[in-house]
Amino acid sequence: MNAANLAGLCAAVLIGLGLYGLITHPHPLRKILAFNLLGSGLFLLLAVIARRGAAAGLAADPVPQALVITGIVVAFSATALAVSLVLRLFEAANDVSLRAEPPATPSEGASS
Amino acid sequence: MTSPQLLLAPQTFEGGLLLVLAIILPVTAALLALLFGHWAERIALAYMPVGIAVAFAIARDVVHSNSVVTYYLGGWAPPLGVALRADGFSALMLATTALIIAAAGLFARGTFGSSEGRKPFAFWTLLLALWAALNCVFLGGDLFNLYVALELLTFAAVPLVCLYGSKETLQAATRYLLFALFGSVLYLLGVALLYGAYGTLDIVLLSQRIKPELALWLAAALMTTGLAAKTALFPFHLWLPPAHAGAPPAASAVLSALVVKGSFFLCVRLWFNVLPALPSVEALQVVAALGAGAILYGSLLALRQPRLKLLIAYSTVAQIGYLFMLFPLAAGGAPWSTAAWTGGLLQAVSHAFAKASMFLAAGLIAETLGHDRISEMRGVGRLLPVTVTAFALGGLSLMGLPPSGGFAAKWLLMAASVESGQWVWAAIMLLGGLLAGGYVLRVVLPALTAPDIALTAKTMPSRTREGAVLALALVAVLIGFAPRCFLDWLQIGRPLLALVGTP
Repeated sequence: MNAANLAGLCAAVLIGLGLYGLITHPHPLRKILAFNLLGSGLFLLLAVIARRGAAAGLAADPVPQALVITGIVVAFSATALAVSLVLRLFEAANDVSLRAEPPATPSEGASS
Repeated sequence: MTSPQLLLAPQTFEGGLLLVLAIILPVTAALLALLFGHWAERIALAYMPVGIAVAFAIARDVVHSNSVVTYYLGGWAPPLGVALRADGFSALMLATTALIIAAAGLFARGTFGSSEGRKPFAFWTLLLALWAALNCVFLGGDLFNLYVALELLTFAAVPLVCLYGSKETLQAATRYLLFALFGSVLYLLGVALLYGAYGTLDIVLLSQRIKPELALWLAAALMTTGLAAKTALFPFHLWLPPAHAGAPPAASAVLSALVVKGSFFLCVRLWFNVLPALPSVEALQVVAALGAGAILYGSLLALRQPRLKLLIAYSTVAQIGYLFMLFPLAAGGAPWSTAAWTGGLLQAVSHAFAKASMFLAAGLIAETLGHDRISEMRGVGRLLPVTVTAFALGGLSLMGLPPSGGFAAKWLLMAASVESGQWVWAAIMLLGGLLAGGYVLRVVLPALTAPDIALTAKTMPSRTREGAVLALALVAVLIGFAPRCFLDWLQIGRPLLALVGTP
């Protein structure tokens, strides 16, 4: 098994673990971590695709590398936004669970 | 084989520049609002006429050239460069976005009119950012840029949900964000697979290279699932009702009318621009089945909601279901596909106007009465005749009764499903219309009867705000009178004729 195949399999495992965590864990922070794990697997997958040079038959394709950099920036901002939301939720409710309860209970007039 | 390139040949006249302006200008306005916080409202309101003008200028160019307007950024052609493209559907959505955001802005002057404080600053800046992100989604010509646009859209929409900062809205926003991240990461996974298999992400190039094989089906399934999660298609709808019902009325209107349409738009792009050559009618029956589930489930829950804004939010879940009926009916280039395509697009637009109007009307009712409990709204029609009229006209479109845009949309979709022999979708759409009648009349009939006890108004809304609400509802009705040529414009850039008979 060559290095690219090994990296590809690692990417698949990371994606699988991340997806599993994102779906099964109820805690928002764990979901955010699972999202990042999934993201890492995805970026590794793109790196493997770059190595294969699928587009132009080059030694290494630069386009997926550009995608990885952009993807990391987006994933970072998503994580920052999610963590700050969870922190705000903890401040407001002393609890961060997202159990489905009857939503929008008496926030009078919905425009207070 | 006639190549789709012929249909999509780049237009080199100056119209292409407008596509860049449609993205640069709202981004600049949002950044200016961020820098000069006290002026955020004035910057947003000053940008609105400009934004409307740009959107309509693009629509005019698309109609005049009768083809896709293309602009290559920096003069670099794909696959190396990035293309912006505007076809009939893009132009329609750009114009819809501009009008609805402007109406929501006019309305929000009453709520966020003061230039002091964090909330108005956040609202106006996010509104501009949302506009920029939506324009990116409607103009993007390459799947990865569309991913970034989709993320920008989410990042602008989520904070709008929790503008009030209460526990419920923060919960709703967190749930929304987690669903959205799940959706976008699946979409990006599909993008990575497509690039790995075909070495390009440009929509036109990709549509020429695809082959029905495992990687393609896997990528399509992942991307469709991700986009369905972002569009709140049943059974991914859980996040939508609390998020849309908890936001301020002007934000709810924009979220329900436009933001969910952004990911729907991408789903249409995926199946009809990237994968038109795929024999996909059977696979897309699954999508339509989920849509049918959404229609029934959303409508039934809307009937049971005690609060007006939640009722409207559940009705969004149901109306999103109709949008997904488009997929199996319009795929494959059958004779009925044009009717289905037109119906689906009209549904997207008429629902946008009707729903924006209804959310804003609900906001005015809640402000006037001080609550939004449906059981205590008897006689509110005496107090707010214009607002309740707007609500009823919007409801007309949701029910699909003539004369309204919703009628034209649902009629075309039902005609296509009968013609194609897929009777079951027509039956479900008909049932959905009856249920919609139930939940709209549940609000409108008591509102029009005489009140048991005289209602007292806390405040009366200004004429501008009532006017904005009524104007949106009237547009939703007027779409039902759209002339034939308008319907033909919607076909511009639909890569169908070129692909009939290709493997």
